[in-house]
Amino acid sequence: MTGTHDRSGRSLSRRTVLQATGVLGVGLAASACGAVAPQGGPAGIAIDMSDTDKSLNWSNWPLYLDVNEETKNYPTLSAFEKQSGITVAYTEDVNDNNEFFAKVRTQLEQGQDIGRDLVVLTDWMAALWIQDGFAQKLDKANIPNAVNLLPKWQDVNFDPGREYSLPWQSGFGLLGWNKAKLKDTLGVSVLNSVDQLWDPKLKGRVTVLSEMRDTMGILIAAQGDDPSNFTEDQWNKAIATLTQQVDNGQIRQVTGNDYAGALESGDVIAVIGWSGDMIQLGEDFGIALPESGGSLWTDNMEIPALAAHKKNAELVMNYYYEPAVAAQVAAYVQYICPVAGAQEAMASVDPALQENPWIFPTPEMLTNSYVFMTLSSEQDVKYQRSFQKAIGN
Amino acid sequence: MAHAIPTVVSGSAAPPPAQRRSRTGYILLFPGIAWLLVFFAIPLVTLFATSLQVPVPGKPGYFEPGLQFSNYATAMSEYWPQFVRSLVYAGIATALALVIAYPLAYFIAMKAGAWRSFLLVLVVAPMFASFLLRTYAWKTILADDGWITSTLNSLHLLPDHRVLNTGIAVVAGLTYNFLPFMILPLYASLSKIDPRLIEAGGDLYASPIWTFAKVTWPLSLPGVVAGTLLTFIPATGDYINAQLLGSTKDHMIGNAIQINFIQFRDYPVASALSFVLMAAILILVFSYIRKSGTEEIV
Repeated sequence: MTGTHDRSGRSLSRRTVLQATGVLGVGLAASACGAVAPQGGPAGIAIDMSDTDKSLNWSNWPLYLDVNEETKNYPTLSAFEKQSGITVAYTEDVNDNNEFFAKVRTQLEQGQDIGRDLVVLTDWMAALWIQDGFAQKLDKANIPNAVNLLPKWQDVNFDPGREYSLPWQSGFGLLGWNKAKLKDTLGVSVLNSVDQLWDPKLKGRVTVLSEMRDTMGILIAAQGDDPSNFTEDQWNKAIATLTQQVDNGQIRQVTGNDYAGALESGDVIAVIGWSGDMIQLGEDFGIALPESGGSLWTDNMEIPALAAHKKNAELVMNYYYEPAVAAQVAAYVQYICPVAGAQEAMASVDPALQENPWIFPTPEMLTNSYVFMTLSSEQDVKYQRSFQKAIGN
Repeated sequence: MAHAIPTVVSGSAAPPPAQRRSRTGYILLFPGIAWLLVFFAIPLVTLFATSLQVPVPGKPGYFEPGLQFSNYATAMSEYWPQFVRSLVYAGIATALALVIAYPLAYFIAMKAGAWRSFLLVLVVAPMFASFLLRTYAWKTILADDGWITSTLNSLHLLPDHRVLNTGIAVVAGLTYNFLPFMILPLYASLSKIDPRLIEAGGDLYASPIWTFAKVTWPLSLPGVVAGTLLTFIPATGDYINAQLLGSTKDHMIGNAIQINFIQFRDYPVASALSFVLMAAILILVFSYIRKSGTEEIV
């Protein structure tokens, strides 16, 4: 081997490698820019492969579908797979609306498929997806059972006529407590007003939810205002209450689902919590809508822009809007069921639950609970900041 | 070596051998440099660029490239309490970890004999369980009705009558979680000390305490420095302990970064906070290493 040959060979390989790194670097930089540059909306056009590819990717919240504890599978979902021939990959990877959105946002903005055909998002996040063009319009021809949606949920202001979304489950934000501990400290067996949470005897034994709309909705209602239509001053008044109770140590922590464990251990006695969670805790724990009103929220099914199996997603929506199937899910998750006829169908699933007001609320309960005011993006950021500041962030 | 003899006369052909050798060095360095470039330098530049971005008017949560240095002022004026708290909590946790780890590492290295490896396995064993689970376990240990809290309460040592969801719990969690990172480097330093040096101290009529101060402690300094750094740096940026064991008043800088990134979608402020945290730690670490004078570990 001569020196010249040797040299050219080496420098060539080095240049190639350098080029490769350069490309990689540019690629990284480009994707980094894409993550932050403003985009008009999804660029690509969805191609629905449902007819050839019988599969579906579904992202949902944990403990939000009936589970057979022995076989660890989902009975209603297995039945759907058998009946339709569609294989469903069901993932419980939505733990928090913001966290989930942060995970898929870059792809959505760049007009890429996020690898999911069906996602379940809470009202305000569902609204943001529709507004920014991240959700696809539903083809109601594939979802004839959509007519079973109860009137209370039919017209929401973020999606009039439910063209882009269908409710999965609803729930109340309300007062919850550890029965034995409440009796010991306050000497009462039921909480019915938010003011009771601020009793000095409960100092450091109260938690509220980190979900702004539930906590603030209940506080705004407690001061006699309307959480679905409040003013700046009313908001500030409620924030002042929250700040005061955080600063004087009355409120121990502001949490997501974590409060359940703290209630069980007895560290926490009374909470602003979620109805389904509380019912799943069992007999030793009590719940009530505050007299001034609780919050009412809904988690909605949506099909992400560019999802590859849109029709399959619509078929699964249709399936879960059959009253008998909806009843089976409700019996397990114990949240409010938005499907008409499910209450009657519950007779054959679990008759004891047929009159359960937390699954099939009475009209009075629905009147005594508020859907939080729809906020513009600017308002959302402003109120979130004000709320997070009050809770120590 | 054959290559050392110049073989080509024509001017442009072969480079001088010394140059060729140095090129081999660069080629060998290439994987390491490429790694640093792709996984360290580029992300760092991206992070810095993000910290200077400007919001797009009318589209909250969207940003475009810019040079808005005021993001740093916003970040610091808003979050200096969390920042100070992070340094204080991490500092206390590091000091506690050192106090707990030193005797333990000393015992394992000097006195444990045949039990050495077994004890070392015990030190590392908790790390086989997930960080998150271990922190959750502390919620049970420090529960209001647990024996630790009741004992401390009966001695009237707790102003809030509880440990869980206070700063004490956060510092305890940090100390516990990063303790192995303190023990292992200390053990490595202590076990390398030649016992004859300690014997010599005794032979020269030094008391055990004097021998420790003049022989053992200085020789274990590299371990002390490495251990404190390995504990302090991750503890400062940690947010899990503050989130699970703290109250609303115990949030650290990691919580602020997380909230800004995920809840507010304010990427510039989150990046600015990360950058300041990194810079602050670098400055602290360098001045610490200069002071402690153990250059060999850097």
